[in-house]
Amino acid sequence: MTDGRSAARGVLRTVLLLGVFLLVVGVLWEAFKWLFGDPWRLDDILGTGLSYYHQPPFDLLQASDLQLPHLWSIVGALMEPVQRNQEQTLLGYLVSAAAYTWAEALIGFAIGTLIGVTLAAIFVHSLFAERAFMPYVIASQAIPIVALAPIIVVGFGRGLTSVVIIATYLTFFPVTISQMRGLRSPDPRALELMRSYAASRWQVFWKVRMPASLPYLFTALKVAAAAAIVGAIIGEGPGGVKDGLGRAIVNFNQQYITGPEKLWATILVASITGILFYVCVRIAEAITLRRRGSTSA
Amino acid sequence: MSSVPVTPPASDALAVRLAGVHKSFPVKGGSSTVALEDIGLDIGTGEFVSLIGPSGCGKSTLLRIVGDLIEPTAGTVEVNGKPAHQARIDRDYGMVFQAPVLFDWRTVEANVRLPLELMTGAAGADRDRRVREMLDLVGLADFTRHHPHQLSGGMQQRVAIARALVFEPALLLMDEPFGALDEMTRERLNGEVLKVWARTGTTVIFVTHSIPEAVFLSTRVVVMSPRPGRISEIIDIDLPQPRTEETRESERYFELVTQVREALRAQHGGGASAARARAEGGIG
Repeated sequence: MTDGRSAARGVLRTVLLLGVFLLVVGVLWEAFKWLFGDPWRLDDILGTGLSYYHQPPFDLLQASDLQLPHLWSIVGALMEPVQRNQEQTLLGYLVSAAAYTWAEALIGFAIGTLIGVTLAAIFVHSLFAERAFMPYVIASQAIPIVALAPIIVVGFGRGLTSVVIIATYLTFFPVTISQMRGLRSPDPRALELMRSYAASRWQVFWKVRMPASLPYLFTALKVAAAAAIVGAIIGEGPGGVKDGLGRAIVNFNQQYITGPEKLWATILVASITGILFYVCVRIAEAITLRRRGSTSA
Repeated sequence: MSSVPVTPPASDALAVRLAGVHKSFPVKGGSSTVALEDIGLDIGTGEFVSLIGPSGCGKSTLLRIVGDLIEPTAGTVEVNGKPAHQARIDRDYGMVFQAPVLFDWRTVEANVRLPLELMTGAAGADRDRRVREMLDLVGLADFTRHHPHQLSGGMQQRVAIARALVFEPALLLMDEPFGALDEMTRERLNGEVLKVWARTGTTVIFVTHSIPEAVFLSTRVVVMSPRPGRISEIIDIDLPQPRTEETRESERYFELVTQVREALRAQHGGGASAARARAEGGIG
């Protein structure tokens, strides 16, 4: 169907844009190093006996190899063992850590979405509930998560539960706010029409408000996907979870002085994880909304 | 001005009975504006009644009061012998607005089926048959699987009409349903509405700005005047049924159009306001 094809095109465009974005970041990165970084040389290029020496025109500490390693060093580090005398490559280690973190984030994301959608439904139907509880919802987001994370860990113990709660905490807010707008988005005449059918609140909710809210919900879910990953990574530190990206970041942070590539590789994998999660939500959005007139980016 | 004499309805059974209906809206600062004053009107079952008048005469407000979408400040509204509220609970109303108000996540078919989904009693197979019949009637049998955004404005409005009639409501309320369409589409849809009306026998109340449209469609035209909104004249349209394209060219049709236009003009008295009424009448 043409609808399906245009939906697929929309997803493809998103993925392409993200690819272009990564490419631009990479080019800027190396351009920065070309201008301000450390000198480097290539000997015997492809067995020709030729060599090349590059002396950057400027010198900046922030662009040194110990601060910003070359992209090829980062990629090279990914292929090397995590630690000496170990079989597993850094890439293998980071991918399994990312999968673990993603699983935590996904659980938090699902619960947070459920809470957000429920709160929005209650607030939209009860002015009293909105007035009474909305300030708490907003205030909850003013508390820095790094301060809250240890408290949650003390309350719920070290481990998966605390991490999921933190991911949930970062997910539910954008969903609540966006979903409230979505549930209030139907044309007033559509509500008048439902009233003329003597439709119940329940029917208005499921037949009009809920379907009308879906584009808004997906917008929030795209934000929440990235937030849930960040929440899970932050939670893993105080949560004492060993298998995720959070621990990898803490470990490689300590090794930064001697091997900055590993931390950068971890950051790269963490952001690709966030992007993949985003793309998954984007695909779900394209499939769900493929039949509608308006296309969303 | 006291209440306007009411023309007896065509049929003994009354579909709508309005008596002493007032409506005022509160305005900032504590005062209120009177939107409708002393409206009395009886509409017989199976009638096609148009409400016509300049902007601000309260014709849409009156339609919404009949449909129990808003409540009158005073007066009684009875539909099929019941209070309007009860009639709404009993699903006696089909509504068509100026905008089609279709749901873009539903196919044409599913949009028409919506009211049936809300009402218990209609079985699945029966439901589908009724939806197909209605879409057939409005000439959209080939578009059942389309989504609203794939249709033209006129087709969308036909879907809205099919949706309003699919559950066979006793009363069809139409609020300038063709106001946003071009003249050609409007005339074609006028013909289709009459066809549907003849087939279903539904009572219709039709709000419009267009004099030719009101005359062509109606059994009676109710002329309203603004500030405060009230009924200034009721004109019987004695054009023979069924009405066709020839009707639009008949001498009687032109006489009635003139009569309605003069009624609209008369409410302003003479002079400049009469000229304005002529200009407004000329929109149709």
